[in-house]
Amino acid sequence: MTPTLLQRLDLSIRQSAPVAITLLIAILMVVPLPLPGYTELAPDFVLIAVFYWTVHRPDLMRAWTVFLIGLLQDILGGGPLGLLALVLILVHAAIINQHKAFRGKSFGLIWAGFVLIAPAAHIVAAVLAFIVADASIEPSAFGFRLVLTIAAYPAVAWLLGRAQRAFLAGTAGQ
Amino acid sequence: MKRPGTVLRLAAPLKVFAQRFAFLGLVAIAVGLMVLGKAEAPLVERVRMIVVDAVVPILDAVARPVATIAHVGERIREILDLHAENARLREENRRLLQWQAVARKLEAENQSLRELLHFTPDPTATFVSARVVGNPGGSFLRAVLVTAGSRDGVAKGQVAVTGDGVAGRVTEVGERSARILLITDINSYVPVLLEDSRDRAILVGDNSDRPKLVFLPANARPQVGERVVTSGHGGVFPPGLPVGIVVASGEAGVRVRPFVDFDRLEYLRLINYGLDGTLPMAAPGPTSRRGER
Repeated sequence: MTPTLLQRLDLSIRQSAPVAITLLIAILMVVPLPLPGYTELAPDFVLIAVFYWTVHRPDLMRAWTVFLIGLLQDILGGGPLGLLALVLILVHAAIINQHKAFRGKSFGLIWAGFVLIAPAAHIVAAVLAFIVADASIEPSAFGFRLVLTIAAYPAVAWLLGRAQRAFLAGTAGQ
Repeated sequence: MKRPGTVLRLAAPLKVFAQRFAFLGLVAIAVGLMVLGKAEAPLVERVRMIVVDAVVPILDAVARPVATIAHVGERIREILDLHAENARLREENRRLLQWQAVARKLEAENQSLRELLHFTPDPTATFVSARVVGNPGGSFLRAVLVTAGSRDGVAKGQVAVTGDGVAGRVTEVGERSARILLITDINSYVPVLLEDSRDRAILVGDNSDRPKLVFLPANARPQVGERVVTSGHGGVFPPGLPVGIVVASGEAGVRVRPFVDFDRLEYLRLINYGLDGTLPMAAPGPTSRRGER
């Protein structure tokens, strides 16, 4: 049975959900919340989303879309252009390389993978920022943000899992 | 299904090669962009602000309900301590009325002295108020996005203030958006002076909430609680704008707590000094302005 045009359109919209959700998160991350310390300490939800989708649906989260997501973050954030784009494609490549290690693993093991990758990503970003923009960071804020990012992973992953089931149940992939 | 889930099984070596190539290509582009950002800053900045201009309406639409919810919370808190607040305000009002009398007297005195001296009046300034819609997180940058740009008269180098004091200055301008570098950012340098001792210094951000004072005179001993105001040197910030208060002074350096609460920035006034207009501000008037950060 060949799918009709409408079915194909529906499928492609569903399949763009991972990227669309991640882009939306990247934009919403910029909205100021009147919480003390929010700016410095807000978890890196974009990193979580990129990690989640690359692990669970690498066919729908390609290197170049990851690159564009990072670039949007760079543009909105005002940091050196290309910095977060580079960090995110490195994260993406690392996950793709270790894809066998992640495939079909339990939530705990995937979270453990995130615990390894998130600090690496943030350290690379900080080092690059230092090299390119001469920007030093405050170690305590850096550490807190990292801890909050890792702590936020289960909740965000659960929400993304709901989205995955809602949009992508029955489509190809894992 | 058109696309079975075998794409990543890396069956063909060709596919591996293509993927490696794409990865290296993207890395090269990212590095290239970083170099370009350093070498061709104005160009990169223009492109950047075009994208920001496009996203700002979305941010604005999201920021408004967020602000409304925050207001409701604040309103409830206000109602809860209405009584104490009232007493405090009455007390403050009494104090301010005294100050008003003093200010009136000084103003009149000033006026007559200026007339005596044929003093050249300070140029007046105009301002644009803009809503803060973007407050990008992260550890290595302190900046906000606002909903006013070149079409509203915003230009690079203008000073951003709130009712409390100096917040930062405009570093990038799009057509309907602008980026404000906050005084806590590592790239921020504000020439200031200590209000009591009149010692000059530079307030340097380090991405923490407490920027530090550097280049103080060797014999300067800033007191905790001393107010810090802009000195007007360098011609970027006009003199006399309140900046913050000294909270730590010792071997580890002098730290200043800004008057502006950066966690609750909602509106910023972007001030254009030196143009015709009216502005009830303390003492405006630099003659030159540095355009670059």
